[in-house]
Amino acid sequence: MVKVPVQFTLNGSEKAELIDSGATLLHALRDKIGDTSPKGGCHQGTCGACSVIIDGELRLSCLTLAETCNGAVIRTTAGLAEGGVLHPLQRAFLDAFATQCGFCTPGMIMAAKVLLDRTPNPSREEVVEALSGNICRCTGYEPIIQAVLTAARANSQNVA
Amino acid sequence: MALALQTFPTVKDANAALQAAGTRYLGGGTLVVRAANEGDVSVSSLVRATEPSLSAIAVSGGKVRLGASVTMAAIARHPELAWLAPTVRAVGGPAIRNMASVGGNLFAPAPYGDFAVALLALDANVATEDSEVPIETFLAGRDASRSIVTSVTFALPRAESFRFLKVSRVKPKGVSVLSIAALLQRIDNGTVTAARIALGCMADRPMRARAAEKALLGCRLTPDEIAPALAVANEGTTPITDPVASAWYRAEVLPVHLGRLLLE
Repeated sequence: MVKVPVQFTLNGSEKAELIDSGATLLHALRDKIGDTSPKGGCHQGTCGACSVIIDGELRLSCLTLAETCNGAVIRTTAGLAEGGVLHPLQRAFLDAFATQCGFCTPGMIMAAKVLLDRTPNPSREEVVEALSGNICRCTGYEPIIQAVLTAARANSQNVA
Repeated sequence: MALALQTFPTVKDANAALQAAGTRYLGGGTLVVRAANEGDVSVSSLVRATEPSLSAIAVSGGKVRLGASVTMAAIARHPELAWLAPTVRAVGGPAIRNMASVGGNLFAPAPYGDFAVALLALDANVATEDSEVPIETFLAGRDASRSIVTSVTFALPRAESFRFLKVSRVKPKGVSVLSIAALLQRIDNGTVTAARIALGCMADRPMRARAAEKALLGCRLTPDEIAPALAVANEGTTPITDPVASAWYRAEVLPVHLGRLLLE
């Protein structure tokens, strides 16, 4: 198997790894680097559980080859908490009982983070649209939507 | 399954590498990496090109040029392509739209490839390194294509002349039951003088509804006058059957949704 060097910034830390050519970013993150927050669900781009933020855009790590991320800035749910304090989205998901089994939660949170970064005060419809690529098989979408709206409100109160 | 990926700065070099057996082109990854993840052993290596023109959008002189690597999200953001934004927003969820490319959409099998349906209605041309062909010709021969698509071009349609409808069971994101795109030229009293109607899911790839197009000529868009076009909407179709809908169902609902699109 051909190994290729890949360098990127993951949650603020520089990473340099030798990766199997053609390996997915999901594989690199979970099995090489040890960041298991992106989940391997369908591996078809359907469930959104593996969603990460690459250079500010929501992407599916199961369909992204690690080599194509050379020089990229990558964020995962594992890097959201700072100094032991949960990110407002993480806190809101916990408080709203929006995690259910928890498997879809990291992907949901990354999708919500991209939304709130661009649209700090989204409408309910905008939240639904932003989460539309993320499947929750516990069928608990309403608490998830409420959690994102709550986090948005908390953010705007902090800013004000 | 891990694959060897080769990256080239030019399309020319990538094209040469693509000729090797078992090699596929990597665009956004939503088709080819998915296939590899599913265990498609016919793919043993991937190539890609990073030529900047592949990611460029140009709107000038009444023409639109979309590089093959342009994503659905990039089209949705482009200020001069606002009329296309609802169409590209019909493709997948936000993460898919950040990855899915114009070039890849041309190869997407039904029920995917909604943007290619729009391009067919827009009478686009598909360019490779050394040729440019009408999209209909390209789609007919896409399975045997071994040359990297570099761009698609089409004339900027007159305001209000382009329409698109995706029918799905799950909102806001779901796989297509069918998709319909229409480009209608009309004179002042509303009479249709030219029509291009493209259908998705009504064959294994986007197709024209030629009988309906012909029946619309000389009509105004009223329920009575479009009725003959709706009656022949299914002519020449061979709808797909998948977990979302049967061929029978798709054939039954096509005239209903085409009617709604024409009367909107």
